[in-house]
Amino acid sequence: MNTDGSIAERPKNPIDWQALRHDFPILHQEVNGHPLVYLDNAATSQKPRLVIDALRHYYENDNANVHRGVHELSSRASAAYEGARNRAAQFVNARSANEIVFTRGTTEAINLVAQAWGTQHIKAGDKILLTEMEHHSNIVPWQLLAERVGAELVYLPVSCDKGLLDLSRLDEWLTRDVKLFAMTHISNTLGTVNPVVELCARARKVGAVTLVDGAQSAGHCLIDVQEIGCDFLAFSGHKMCGPTGIGVLYGRLERLEATPPYQGGGDMISTVEFQSSTWNKVPHKFEAGTPHISGAIGLHAAMDYLDAIGRENIAQHDHELAAYAYGELARLKGIRLFGPHVGRAGVVSFLAADVHAHDLVTVADQRGVALRGGHHCNQPLMKKLGVESTARASFYFYNTRSEVDRLVEVLKEIQKFFGGNS
Amino acid sequence: MFDDLNDLYQQVILDHSKSPRNFQKMEKANRVAEGKNPLCGDQVTLYLLMEGEVVKDISFQGSGCAISKASASLLTDSLKGKTREQVKRLFEEVREMITTGKINGDEIGKLAVFAGVHKFPARVKCAILPWHAVVAAMEGKPEPVSTE
Ligand SMILES: Cc1ncc(COP(=O)(O)O)c(C=O)c1O
Repeated sequence: MNTDGSIAERPKNPIDWQALRHDFPILHQEVNGHPLVYLDNAATSQKPRLVIDALRHYYENDNANVHRGVHELSSRASAAYEGARNRAAQFVNARSANEIVFTRGTTEAINLVAQAWGTQHIKAGDKILLTEMEHHSNIVPWQLLAERVGAELVYLPVSCDKGLLDLSRLDEWLTRDVKLFAMTHISNTLGTVNPVVELCARARKVGAVTLVDGAQSAGHCLIDVQEIGCDFLAFSGHKMCGPTGIGVLYGRLERLEATPPYQGGGDMISTVEFQSSTWNKVPHKFEAGTPHISGAIGLHAAMDYLDAIGRENIAQHDHELAAYAYGELARLKGIRLFGPHVGRAGVVSFLAADVHAHDLVTVADQRGVALRGGHHCNQPLMKKLGVESTARASFYFYNTRSEVDRLVEVLKEIQKFFGGNS
Repeated sequence: MFDDLNDLYQQVILDHSKSPRNFQKMEKANRVAEGKNPLCGDQVTLYLLMEGEVVKDISFQGSGCAISKASASLLTDSLKGKTREQVKRLFEEVREMITTGKINGDEIGKLAVFAGVHKFPARVKCAILPWHAVVAAMEGKPEPVSTE
């Protein structure tokens, strides 16, 4: 799938997806006496050996603080850390590495924009436009900001049946007083792929700054910030084969330069006197204190790994697997599916009649199948859909059709277990 | 099938979750409390009619998983006629059983079906939620209780 949700052509040389599973040590284990079927990739992905090795190599050979020492190890660590920044810039096609700020993840990246950029640029009476399918991490930071400056939050509606944003009414919501439009690229609950290129273009017309939540898309399809035309993009390393605790905020240089510091501390300053300081250049201005050096190095390895497979191939695989799962689940009696019928990313949310999602995932776990059950950090969306929670299967390139078949088999057993006792 | 799960989902639990007892709002209740599990959206409201120290009548409403529903249903069945002190003591015994699997004391009775829950740490909160609500109702706490 491409950035805009269209489907890329089939790769010329088919990839041996089954063989890629050998790159992931964790996949080869039994859970509760059954082979692990890991279908919780939207929460976090597993890590290939290559990423684990990169962390180990760094700690065994190059570990030192960055930008502070003149000694050899510090030079190596600094070069590796800045190398990761360059790689991240290339990964999303930023114009320069200065547009890449390392953060703890998507959540911190969004908080940085809301707190630092937002406090400076959003005024009382301004509107902040979000969509009804946002993750809590793309809602709560804006609520905090709105409360602080007296701005108003407005939400672009999602249609419950199709799970798509209602674009026919976009003009009603995207008015001149909207100063920021923040939207998720791929919904972690519905699997919807939003048309971010169009949304950002429409936002630009009314002069709104845009932020794209790329948590579910960065490791799953090609991302080109210049093509998307967004001002900010946030994503997390751990959902794309990288370590936890590292993520990226891409910001267009002009926007980052017009943003005051986020946190104060070492590395983010140029000069410090007792009463005042001057700030380091972008992006260092936003990275106070010793950064997650090994995390950035692990993320670099993960980006290389994903691109060796080809993100367009991964998107295609995700899409085919999700479509297969959607079709198979739709054939089961008593299963209610959420989200778009076609063109979905690798996320399938569902409910089984008479079985609460919480019971369903407990029983699936007893069969080695890892699902997520709950509100998926989407409480307002759940309310809108009229449910408390859903069960969710989310896929990555190392998942297979036979794992989907296993899911279906286990669901049938679950329905029998809970239904057969009535 | 699912021998491993029969410990958690005993027949009594499945039965109570499907046809919960005392499952209605009580108009004459003089104590009400709500319990919520924000992680999974389970919600339960307990209605009590207290006469002095005694639980004269008890009912509940709400939505949630099989464990939380059955726990609320069996709880209402067990508490009718008990005094405030007896309820509190039973709550301690039930909590001990649900977290460790050990049954101490002879008050547990049919609540023993929840002993298997301790093997599923992620589900302990589901079973305990209605108990928190009932204690809050007895104490007359105005705020909803939460498992988080
Ligand atoms: C769409 C979306 N946005 C944001 C986040 C938050 O990511 P993180 O917890 O890595 O900061 C997630 C992950 O749970 C997500 O799925």
